[in-house]
Formats: sequence, C-alpha cells, structure tokens
Amino acid sequence: MAINNRIPAGELAQKWSTYKSTCKLVNPANKRSIDIIVVGTGLAGASAAASLAELGYNVKTFCFQDSARRAHSIAAQGGINAAKNYQNDGDSVFRLFYDTIKGGDYRAREANVHRLAEVSGNIIDQCVAQGVPFAREYGGLLSNRSFGGTQVQRTFYAAGQTGQQLLLGAYSAQMRQVSLGKIVEHNRHEMLDVVTIDGKARGIIARNLVTGEIERHGAHAVLLCTGGYGNVFFLSTNAMGSNVTAAWKAHKKGAMFGNPCFTQIHPTCIPVSGDHQSKLTLMSESLRNDGRIWVPKKQGDNRKATEIPEEERDYYLERRYPAFGNLVPRDVASRAAKERCDAGYGVGNSKMAVYLDYAAAFERYGKTEAIKTGKTNASKEEILKMGKAVVKEKYGNLFEMYAKITGEDPYEVPMRIYPAVHYTMGGLWVDYELMTNVPGLYALGEANFSDHGANRLGASALMQGLADGYFVIPYTIGNYLADEISTPKINTNQAAFEEAEKAVKDRINHFMNVKGTKSVDYFHKKLGLIMWNECGMARNEKGLKQAIADIRALREEFWKDVRVPGTMDSLNPELDKAGRVADFLELGELMCLDALTREESCGGHFREEHQTADGEALRHDDKFMYVSCWENKGNNEWELHKEDLVYDVIHPSQRNYK
Amino acid sequence: MEHSNINLNLKVWRQPNSNAAGKFETYKAENISTEMSFLEMFDVVNEKLINNGEDPIAFDHDCREGICGSCSMHINGRAHGPWDGTTTCQLHMRAFKDGETITVEPWRAAAFPVLKDLTVDRSAFDRIQQAGGYISVNTGNAQDGNSLPINKEMADASFDAAMCIGCGACVAACKNSSAMLFTSAKVSQYALLPQGEPERKTRVLNMVAQMDKEGFGACTNTGACEAECPKQISISNIARLNREYLNAQMSL
Ligand SMILES: Cc1cc2nc3c(=O)[nH]c(=O)nc-3n(C[C@H](O)[C@H](O)[C@H](O)COP(=O)(O)OP(=O)(O)OC[C@H]3O[C@@H](n4cnc5c(N)ncnc54)[C@H](O)[C@@H]3O)c2cc1C
Ligand code: SF4
Ligand code: FES
Repeated sequence: MAINNRIPAGELAQKWSTYKSTCKLVNPANKRSIDIIVVGTGLAGASAAASLAELGYNVKTFCFQDSARRAHSIAAQGGINAAKNYQNDGDSVFRLFYDTIKGGDYRAREANVHRLAEVSGNIIDQCVAQGVPFAREYGGLLSNRSFGGTQVQRTFYAAGQTGQQLLLGAYSAQMRQVSLGKIVEHNRHEMLDVVTIDGKARGIIARNLVTGEIERHGAHAVLLCTGGYGNVFFLSTNAMGSNVTAAWKAHKKGAMFGNPCFTQIHPTCIPVSGDHQSKLTLMSESLRNDGRIWVPKKQGDNRKATEIPEEERDYYLERRYPAFGNLVPRDVASRAAKERCDAGYGVGNSKMAVYLDYAAAFERYGKTEAIKTGKTNASKEEILKMGKAVVKEKYGNLFEMYAKITGEDPYEVPMRIYPAVHYTMGGLWVDYELMTNVPGLYALGEANFSDHGANRLGASALMQGLADGYFVIPYTIGNYLADEISTPKINTNQAAFEEAEKAVKDRINHFMNVKGTKSVDYFHKKLGLIMWNECGMARNEKGLKQAIADIRALREEFWKDVRVPGTMDSLNPELDKAGRVADFLELGELMCLDALTREESCGGHFREEHQTADGEALRHDDKFMYVSCWENKGNNEWELHKEDLVYDVIHPSQRNYK
Repeated sequence: MEHSNINLNLKVWRQPNSNAAGKFETYKAENISTEMSFLEMFDVVNEKLINNGEDPIAFDHDCREGICGSCSMHINGRAHGPWDGTTTCQLHMRAFKDGETITVEPWRAAAFPVLKDLTVDRSAFDRIQQAGGYISVNTGNAQDGNSLPINKEMADASFDAAMCIGCGACVAACKNSSAMLFTSAKVSQYALLPQGEPERKTRVLNMVAQMDKEGFGACTNTGACEAECPKQISISNIARLNREYLNAQMSL
C-alpha cells in the first residue's frame, strides 16, 4: 500500500494558508444536500459537528452517553495551549510548534504540528466568544499558567475544569444547530461498524443502547471523533466507557492504525489502593507548577512525610533536570518516579508512590499575599493560611477530589502520586486532511494518531481536538465533498449495509450465546495487567513476546467462556462492555507487536534495551524515523507500512531537559 | 489512610424498563473496603450477580471523577448520598457503617422516566439547552480573546454557575421536581457575561418555556436543590433567573 500523506508543497509556514486558499469548495446550495455522520461528541466531535452544520451540511451525531455533554473531554482538567504571547514571555507560533515537536520526541509531522500552532490562537478567540468563562486577571484579561515541557506561560484554563468549560462551549454550539434542525442527535447509540461502498465510507451501523435495535445510517462522509483507547489497560484516567471500538471497526474495514504502541503514562495520578479499583484519577499536571516532587533520601523510610526533615528529602526531578525541574515532560517525569520506586524509595503503604508537596507553594503565595495586603508582620500561620487560600482558588477542586478519594487532607500532608495510563498518541492513521486511507472516512481528536509524536505535552490534546473540529475539517472535508455533490442521498438498502448489519447482529448473538462462566470485567482486568506489566512504562523484547502469547490465549478463553447476562433487545451495559473488550483483546496484541518492532526508545515508548548511560530514551533516527502504519490482514495478522518523517525545519537531537 | 472492610445490606430499585412496574430488591454487599467508591461497591455487587446468573443492576456512570454528570443515585433519601457537594461516584464507603442498610433509588421525576433500574432519561435537559443555552456565534466569527476585558468578579461568578454538570440531582431533590437550579445556572452563566447580552431576553424566555413544556414543576424556593447539588450551585442563580425573566417579559 502506498502511503500518501498529502502534505502540501511549499514552505512550512505557508502550507496551511496556501492549502486553504486553493482547496476545493462546495457551494452553499450543494452543502444542503450532503449528509455527514459525526461519531463522538467530545471536543473534536462537538466542534466539528457544530462547525459543519453552520456551514450548511446535514449532520448526524452519535455518542454512547445519555447526553453529548458527557463525552470524556468533560474531564480534562488543567488547560489548553495557545501561542498568544499575552504574557510577553517570548512565545510564538514557531515556539509552540517547536516545543510540541520536541516534546513528541521527533516522531510527529512538521506540517501538521505547525498548522496546529497556527490555529491555536483562533481556538481561544472562538471559545471566549461562545462565553467560555476562562480564568482572568484583575485587569479583566485572560490568565495563563505553565505546563510541562515548555518555558513560557501559554496555557489558558478555567480552574481545574478546563475540559468541562470548553466542551460545554462546543456542546452549546452543537445544541444551537440541533435547535435549527441542522444536527440530528443519536445519544445512547454505539457505532458498531463502518459501511464502505466501492471503497468509500458511506455510513455506519449503530446500536440503540436502550432498545437494542440495530440501525443503518448513510452519509457522504463519516467522521470518527471517538477518543482514545487507554482503557485497554483497564486502569487508566479515562472514563469507564472510553473504548477503541469505533476506530477498531474502521481498522478492520481497511483504515490503517498509526503508532498503536505510543501511550502516555501520566506522572501525577492518585495511586492504586486495592483490587477493587475501577479507574485512576488524575491530579492535573498544572499541579507540578507549584508542587515539588520528592521521595526520602533513605530507602524504605517509614516516617510520615511531615517528619522527614528538608535535608533528608530527594527532590529528584530538580536534581536530575535543573533547567526544567518539576516541569519536565510527562514521559520523563513518569520514568523518574518509577525509577525511584523500583529502587526502593517509594512512599505510602504500597511503596509505589512519591510525594507531591505544596508546603513551599503555600508559603510563597502566602508571603506575596501578605505584601499585597500590607500585612508585613503576619505570623507563619497567617501566611500559610493566606497561601492555602490562593492555592484553593487555583486548584481547589483537585485538592477536594484528592481528599474525597484518599481520605487525607492535602492542605496538611503532601499528596501521594504515581504514574497512570492517560492518553494514547497512537490512533487511526490520517493524512494532512485528517482523512484515513479509506476515502470519506475521517478521524479527529484523540482517535487519530496525528500531532503528538511519541509523547504529548500537557494542554495540547484539547488544543488538537478543537483545532481539528473548528478549524481544520471545515476546510479539508470540502476538498473531498466537492467531488461528491452529484452523489445522491445514500440508500441504506444496499447490500453493503445489509451485510454489515448482519455481521453486527451475528456477533451480538454470539456474545449472548457463549453463556460462559466469567464476567467481561474478569477478562478486561487480566488484559489490563498484561498490558501494564509488559507494554507499559518500560518494555523489552522478551516481555512483549510473552504478552502477545498471553493475549492470544486470553482472547481465545474470552470467546469460549465469557458470560453476558440479560438480553440483546434491552438496555444491557454488560453487552456493551463485551463488544468493547473483544476489540481491546485484538488491539492489545497490535500494540505489543508495534512496540516489539520499534527497536528504539522515544517519548513514552521506552525499550529497556535502548537507553543512554543515564537512563534516558535513546532514539535511532537512522532506522525509526517513521510512523508505523499497520494494515489489518484479517485473523489478527497485520502488515507494517512506513510513512517516513521528513524534518525540513527542525533538526532532531537528543531531547535535553537538563 | 486507615481502612477496614464492612458488610452492608442494600435495598435497590429494580425496574426492567420504562413500561414495567418496579420494586425494591435486597442484596448483601460483603467485604467492602472503606476505600472503595460507592460505584465500586456496586461493581462488586454486580460481579456477584453475574456470577450467580442474575441480571446486574443498571446505572449510569462514566468519568467516575464527579464531572460528567452521568451518575445519579438517590441514596438513603438524598440525591448523591450523604456527603455535601459530592457526586455518587465520588462518595466513598468510608461514609457508611458496618451493618448499615442503604436504600438506593433512581431520580424520581415525571420528566426523567426510568429506563432501567437506576438509569433515567434526562434528555429534557438537552432540550432546555437547545431552547437558548448558547451564544449565536459561528466558528470563525470571533475577535481576539483579549479585546473584551471582563471584570474578574463577573467572570468568576459566571464560572461558578457554569460548573453545573447537568446531573439532575436538583430535580430529584425537589418535592416539585423543578429544574430551576439547572436552568438558572445556564441562564446566569451567560447573563453575567457581555457576550450573553444580545440574546439575553429571548434566551431566558425560551429556556423557561421549554422547562415548563418538559413537565418540570414550579419552584417554591425550598432550597433542597442547592443543598443536594454536588457542585453547590447557588440558589441565588434562581433569583437572577427570575429577575431576568421579569425584565424580559416587561420589555416584550
Ligand atoms: C482526566 C483527564 C484530564 C485531561 N486533561 C487534559 C488537559 O488539561 N489538557 C489537555 O489538553 N488534555 C487533557 N486530557 C486529554 C483530553 O481530555 C482528551 O484527549 C480529549 O478530550 C479527547 O477528546 P476527543 O474529542 O478526541 O474524544 P472524547 O472526548 O473522548 O469523546 C469521544 C466521544 O466518542 C463517543 N464514542 C466513542 N466510541 C463510540 C462508538 N463506538 N459509538 C458512538 N460514540 C462513540 C463518545 O460517546 C464521546 O462522545 C485529559 C484527559 C483525561 C483523561
Ligand atoms: S444545578 Fe447542581 S444538581 Fe442541578 S444539574 Fe446542575 S450540578 Fe446537578
Ligand atoms: S460518573 Fe461522572 S460524575 Fe459521576
């Protein structure tokens, strides 16, 4: 299969503007007779659906939650990047582009990332216009904070609920189009297949999750905005329903999967507390702005954190990376935490945790407040109290969440944190136009592989999702649909729809009829453990080979012994889960295969065989400067194609955060 | 954190679908770690039901972080259970005592029909939002974000209202099943911002009209909504909605 990424010719900084002024357009009258399906209503899906409906297309949206507003994007906490340079600290489109490429350890496309940086500012403008209540300074202007992997303040935020506010903004635009009749919603629906006719995507098969009915929906183009697949690890910071099914069905219908093994393990999450654990909770990266990470200098130190004197604490990130300190990128911070815990310096009951300490920040903010309010002879307690109030305004909801989950008060004792699966950089392979290699089938947001290379920087997923939906797809889809204006409404009585529907029904019947002995969760947890142990923060050849064998065996057992209670024609969450886990059981194998063939370390992909003398990721640019594009050959066999990454502007080097 | 294991009795509402009658069933939840969340306790109960060949209890949930607004259990007579300012998914078993009986019901409101067990249909909220919960600005129309300075206090107050997660606890808590707290939070978010000004009047009139059409009850200012709202949305938003509504009506 030849790979064409359709990156426009010309100078990097001109590519997108040239593209926009030369791509094909669809005139308003024709848009009215073109149908578009948008699966997913997170930031990518809601922004795309609203923008395309505003342009005049007929849009149908799908999501499995009861309301579009509950898509997983709602949970994003810390913020969204934009190269506005409002802080006058040297930011620019180029710097955001550069930081993102470097943060991704030189495994992303220059052209895509530059476009992302170019439109980042428009996103903020659009959201403000929609009434998104971003944090502001006393002068009434927008406030910024810093995030990992950068040295400027370019992150816009709304307390610790940035994703919620951005999503509700996009959702409001979507609801407006629903009221105007340009969007028809299908909530509590799960897409279970893509329908292709003559090689082009022409619709989907979906299940109504309340009635169990299997439905056919036709359209001139299909957009998958279905989020990431971190839940293949069972435990992750993702919402319980996040899954790979939509992307996986597309993959099985011919769409290539890009860089499946590129997974982000986030350094600051609340540690696992027991076998009952159903998910892990993120403590936003923004907390690393003000918090200091440390472990005791002594191995197996059982004293309480507050009893360990300053000189017996190892602020290991500040020690190892003086230039970036606690703000190194996520992959670096996660590995450093694992290294300390594996070496016996971990804290808490499980010893698989490190401290995130706010004591210094309370004092620093308290002193500033004392000066601001003229209380020059405030006592130490008063200063701490004022400092805590400042921290509460910035991160109050996160501190509260920590207290509810752990039963400890983070204003009094340092938080315990440990890395957890958080985001997947891999996803459906797309070209510059966000189209998969199946014509008319697009992937946006976390569901595609595009802009983050081997490691995503904080506050850039929200940026990418909204860039894709608000500012990229409205142009690029026209370039395809301009040639589809004479295609009549898609008739869903065609054989392709019938076959796809039958396959979906057969599979559901199969699940119901196994009548085995073990619950879906039993298999999901087992798969998660295999993935975490062998395809998690550190990977090696032997482990990956073992994992592939184990996953195959588990998959076989699943199909023989899973128990799905209830019926297929009613609300049945266990049946929904069964379908998702069946797909995870295939994806897991591909992730291990991808990790096995990428014999280098880069970003979040750390192969133990490939590291520098001081334990940093060792890339092999001569051999692995490519995107792995996996083609599904059926029967859990794949063929690897390579899209070479060409760096015209940036010279890849060993990342250095020291 | 110190933790222990406890045993509980559950009285849970079971109802196969919207048309069928429902009833309470009792279950034992054994060996529950006090570190579990309330929903993790339900996971344990469901796992056991599945292993025994019974139908597990259906309930809505997704983020399990208190932000998506999916979870919606009425626990011991209180929306989202005993902890103030906490969603069902963030409630932890530390809140209960060994041997306790816990009664769990779905939201009860005519406008929120039960779909199955503890799962209800809250699409009425989406329709209220569709009636006017937006600012009419197409993608690409925006001016520079900092060209419109907004007083920080107003922006913060708008954000406080915008924190509503659309869970519906306010409706479940209200003896009249009124949706005023939810609707007023959306109206307030926009009423407090200059961007909301052009559509200020039509917005409040249309959203209130839709709310009435959905069959939510009238607000009699008892304040149960504010007390049980997991995001502690202030009842002062209702007063603001009423002012906005009067103003809009007078100028018609
Ligand atoms: C806890 C947390 C905090 C985060 N904080 C930040 C942050 O501060 N900054 C940042 O930049 N990023 C952050 N991220 C990452 C970011 O939130 C996500 O990457 C991003 O929101 C994904 O958006 P999306 O639109 O691609 O997908 P999602 O928001 O995941 O939406 C997926 C949609 O697809 C639908 N769907 C999926 N499968 C199907 C199917 N088969 N049929 C029908 N519908 C389907 C779902 O219903 C949903 O509507 C965070 C992530 C997490 C987990
Ligand atoms: S106002 Fe409170 S209780 Fe009502 S929907 Fe919003 S968050 Fe839930
Ligand atoms: S599950 Fe999302 S708020 Fe409870």
